[in-house]
Amino acid sequence: MSVAFPATGIRNPVDPMLPRPAVIQAIKPEAAGVFTFSMAFANPADRDAYRFQPGQFNMLYLPGFGEVAISVSSNPEEPQVLGHTIRIAGNVTRGISRLKVGDTLGVRGPYGSPWPLEQAAGKNLIIVAGGIGLAPLRPVILSVLSHRDAYGRVLLLYGARTPADLLYTREFGRWREAGLEVNVTVDMGDENWKGKVGVVPQLFYFVRMEHKNTLALTCGPEIMMRFVIYEALARRVPKDAIYISMERNMKCAVGFCGHCQYGPNFICKQGPVFNFAAIEPFFGKEDF
Amino acid sequence: MSPSLPRVSANVGIPKASLQQVFDNLRAAGFSLVGPTARDGAIVLDEIARLDDLPLGWTDEQEPGRYHLRKTREREAQYFAFTVGPHSWKQFLHPARLRLFGAEKKNGDWVFRLPEEPPPHYAFIGVRACDLAAIGIQDRVLLSGEFRDPHYASRRGNVFVLAVNCGRANPTCFCTSMKTGPRVTGGFDLALTELPDVFLVEVGSEAGSEMMKDTSWESATAFDLGQAARVFQQAEKEIERHLTTDDLPRAVYDNLEHPHWDEVATRCLSCANCTLVCPTCFCTTVEDASNLRCTVAERTRLADSCFNRDFSHVFGGNIRPSIRSRYRQWLSHKLASWIDQFGTSGCVGCGRCITWCPVGIEITEEMNAIRTKATQ
Repeated sequence: MSVAFPATGIRNPVDPMLPRPAVIQAIKPEAAGVFTFSMAFANPADRDAYRFQPGQFNMLYLPGFGEVAISVSSNPEEPQVLGHTIRIAGNVTRGISRLKVGDTLGVRGPYGSPWPLEQAAGKNLIIVAGGIGLAPLRPVILSVLSHRDAYGRVLLLYGARTPADLLYTREFGRWREAGLEVNVTVDMGDENWKGKVGVVPQLFYFVRMEHKNTLALTCGPEIMMRFVIYEALARRVPKDAIYISMERNMKCAVGFCGHCQYGPNFICKQGPVFNFAAIEPFFGKEDF
Repeated sequence: MSPSLPRVSANVGIPKASLQQVFDNLRAAGFSLVGPTARDGAIVLDEIARLDDLPLGWTDEQEPGRYHLRKTREREAQYFAFTVGPHSWKQFLHPARLRLFGAEKKNGDWVFRLPEEPPPHYAFIGVRACDLAAIGIQDRVLLSGEFRDPHYASRRGNVFVLAVNCGRANPTCFCTSMKTGPRVTGGFDLALTELPDVFLVEVGSEAGSEMMKDTSWESATAFDLGQAARVFQQAEKEIERHLTTDDLPRAVYDNLEHPHWDEVATRCLSCANCTLVCPTCFCTTVEDASNLRCTVAERTRLADSCFNRDFSHVFGGNIRPSIRSRYRQWLSHKLASWIDQFGTSGCVGCGRCITWCPVGIEITEEMNAIRTKATQ
């Protein structure tokens, strides 16, 4: 196919919507209906060229089923194998959940804005996640913990509906040892649960934190993030020190399909990670 | 017959019948001609070959929610006595249905490949100023960012534009407010102005000049130019509709909770007609298909609309379940956020959304209501 104008895209210069084949290396169950699929591009040149930043996402394509936007949940310093923590929610994710190690699927990316790790150097971090919202923050945690001395205090406030919905619980011990203060809550406990019960924003009441020199990073349901922002602001964290990751329907990830518009922003281009000060006029607006 | 070709930026006159020679030149150069033709009670855009295919002597009457085509006696010798119809050029540059790529499972692994059809070479016949501006807007959306749509690029790069200056306006037209017309000012290969006996042709490019071969063109006289000026002055004079733009995008962002959104939602059917006829609306969705054993699959891109309920579906619910929120999304994108996204309004003032709205909702009037302080 001829392209009449010089290509400027840095990814696929021929067609930014064409996926590249990738092979599933490992499948790990994480929680009820949630799996981490680790995959590597089939073509070694793709593997060498691909780099991502924490918070960015890929489009995963299962032929005949469709495409889904999934954050990369693995370590950005090991970009040869890409982890995607997927909750079975619709047709495509259900189809992906039936794949086995060695199967191929299409991958293109990475897309979107990253978490502000460069600005975070030397600062305290408060990472607040709800449910599957921990997946896009896991690369932040892994990156921060491998350069732990570059940051101040690092807090994780994490919650899910039930203990069975908590992600990465097997890693919490390692994270704590590496210097992450992990605080966990669930909306509803079970007979074995001895931890906190309550919604995620309530975890702010159990931790002492500095508001100065602190960045808050949050991802989860919008209603949760609204109250996380409320709690962070109440503790005098400035608006422009709060970062949130947004979700909208997305078909193309390259700004063509129009589905992910959020006021003047495209979630796939200016987002998914936004500085709260930049989207405050629209955030929380009903049906927007 | 003229021995040489007219130079770029020249204004020349040709007898009306000589337009057929331009068509023939274009076809000989490998272009498929697409232009206006009267069909099914409307002026539609379709493949044409001959001057006879143009809607000679037809004119249109447009009002909010109403379109009527009729033969006109006072303009019976005119080929372009109508304004814009339900079709726009986006259906050729950004088709409503387009195969993106195919996938085939070979030895257990998926292989993805682009379709191999060569891109068409279109010559667009009779592009109005507002529609030329709309093509420029889609160029910005699909070609000017970090990513470029290769399907659009390959079609767009080959297009020959034969534009037409409007000689009349409909009550739905407001190109003067959006500063896109009625006169074509750039981005064309040839631009026609239809006079009683001749076409005045402005040459916009080398390609345009070449297509004037063997047309018996003559340099335009001062009289011709004066007549031509009166043509688009007449169109401009007939435009009554107005949209204030100097307070945009602010006037929309400041009024996202205006009660008028509820009022317009009581009339809007959320039918998506406005987005289909809009020459700049670009939103798409995708469709996936496979054979029964799922070893061969393909991905197709389809036109979509922010008025469709599924448009904003995410796991856990719908972002814009109400007509109020969907109408607000459409209007605020068109007149406000488009400016932030692409440095231009998403509206060219063609008036199609007003004509083809089954209940006659007028973007100009709704915007006025939304910027007016609500009285409780």
